[in-house]
Amino acid sequence: MTMEIFLQNMANGITLGSLYALLAIGYTMVYGILRLINFAHGEIFMISTYFAFYGTAIFALPWQISFLIAIVLTALLGVVIERAAYRPLRDAPRISALISAIGVSFLMANLGLVIFGGRPKTFYRPPIFQTPIELGGVRVVALFFVIPALTAILLVALNYIVYKTKTGLAMRAAQWDFDTARLMGVDVDRAISITFAIGSALAAVGGIMWGLRFAEINPNMGLFPGLKCFIAAVFGGIGNISGAVLGGFILGFGEIMLVAFLPGLAGYRDAFAFILLILILLVRPTGLLGDKQRVKI
Amino acid sequence: MLKIKDLEVYYDGIHAIKGASLKVPQGALVTLVGSNGAGKSTLLRTICGLKKPSSGQLIFEGHNLLDMSVTRIVQMGITMVPEGRQIFPDLTVMENLRLGAYTRTDQEGIAFDQERVFNLFPRLKERAAQKGGTLSGGEQQMLAIARGLMAGPSLLLMDEPSLGLAPILVEEVFRVIQEIHSEGVTLLLIEQNAQAALAIADYGYVMESGSIVLQGKGTDLLHDEAVRRAYLGQDVTA
Ligand SMILES: Nc1ncnc2c1ncn2[C@@H]1O[C@H](COP(=O)(O)OP(=O)(O)OP(=O)(O)O)[C@@H](O)[C@H]1O
Ligand SMILES: [Mg+2]
Repeated sequence: MTMEIFLQNMANGITLGSLYALLAIGYTMVYGILRLINFAHGEIFMISTYFAFYGTAIFALPWQISFLIAIVLTALLGVVIERAAYRPLRDAPRISALISAIGVSFLMANLGLVIFGGRPKTFYRPPIFQTPIELGGVRVVALFFVIPALTAILLVALNYIVYKTKTGLAMRAAQWDFDTARLMGVDVDRAISITFAIGSALAAVGGIMWGLRFAEINPNMGLFPGLKCFIAAVFGGIGNISGAVLGGFILGFGEIMLVAFLPGLAGYRDAFAFILLILILLVRPTGLLGDKQRVKI
Repeated sequence: MLKIKDLEVYYDGIHAIKGASLKVPQGALVTLVGSNGAGKSTLLRTICGLKKPSSGQLIFEGHNLLDMSVTRIVQMGITMVPEGRQIFPDLTVMENLRLGAYTRTDQEGIAFDQERVFNLFPRLKERAAQKGGTLSGGEQQMLAIARGLMAGPSLLLMDEPSLGLAPILVEEVFRVIQEIHSEGVTLLLIEQNAQAALAIADYGYVMESGSIVLQGKGTDLLHDEAVRRAYLGQDVTA
């Protein structure tokens, strides 16, 4: 393997890892507060790319504006899904909300098929992200720096919100127990809405960068990234944000390296995530950074 | 200060509170005793707004609490130290205290109350950066009380604060309760330890399967034959 190919694989791994990390955070945050796997998260990711696509393609908005609007709309979409599909089931047995989540996931994927059409669309890629940059004699396009850099910035911001602000304090209190949090004066519904908004906004950033990276979007694109990032969240320890990031990077990196070093196994690329899942469930069911499983009252 | 009238509370089919009426005057220490499952915790949860009653009145300083959210009730000055401590184990002692003051915006008042609880519980100051879950049972109870005080309540509801503590800590908790009371906080205290609670209370209520069956001055109840037989007898042997 030449230096150039090696560096290209590194860049691919870090990039895919960043995208997976952004998506995995949404799963872990929602699980943390509601003990619910939001199966619709992959579709939220998918729809965000269409918001951005229509913004530039139909409404001819400048890409910056279009992407920003797409992120805001996706955050709202996440909040609306929680209101409509999960909140009414908050006091029902947990399996009900889980079934509702699977229902929303199917509904959105199929609505996507009807509204957006099954044919893949070409995502607008602003030329600035394709600017070649020289690094150690190797040329890499700017996007490969933008994705990890933006991801890092968002992770720092998220960390700040969760651990340094009053809103974050309320979210962490609600994660432990709704009623005790309420007794402190925390508006639990609001904390949950904010959790969905943040998770969905991060999925939108991931979705848009996915479009920039792979150039094509389609209504089924949420399925595999969604499943894999759910696995990444479980692998890292579901409920734990650092765990989701770690899981996302391990998965993204692992996938790329598997294909790079063992090209014979390239066909098993998508199976890699599931193998990791089985391994972690056998060896350490709470995930890499997950602590003792707690039962929420 | 707090007036409860003909309160009825149900859990699905269970009739947990059957027409209870109580009064907590300003500045008083009122205790509510009764055996397991009598409905004591349910009463406190209803006062806080966590549980909605099916009928009855809840009036706090002239305001009707029934339509208020829990947040609003906390802002009105009612705070509960819940049963079984219920501190946030993953959050630091400091964060737990900050949550106690969650609805407040008066930074000076918060700083003042923080000093106050650290004086009351010097242990918590030493452990400020530690996770709540790493504290001992007694320290966690102190944290739960301190967290309640951080809201700057005018009425503090305490649900069995001495539950599961070693005798020496029980004494400590009762000392703290009296100190809080002497600072002018009105208290509604639920206790299994009826003897100790009635001894320090201005007024007491005895609850049995959802109804108030007896009430009177703390010391009167303490010497009441029926109360002694039903509740205090258990305490002596327990
Ligand atoms: N969440 C709930 N769902 C259904 N029933 C409940 C619930 N909480 C309490 N109950 C029932 O309501 C009644 C009163 O319970 P409550 O917890 O208020 O009693 P308590 O006097 O606080 O008892 P203890 O001294 O054991 O704490 C009991 O019969 C209990 O089983
Ligand atoms: Mg109780």
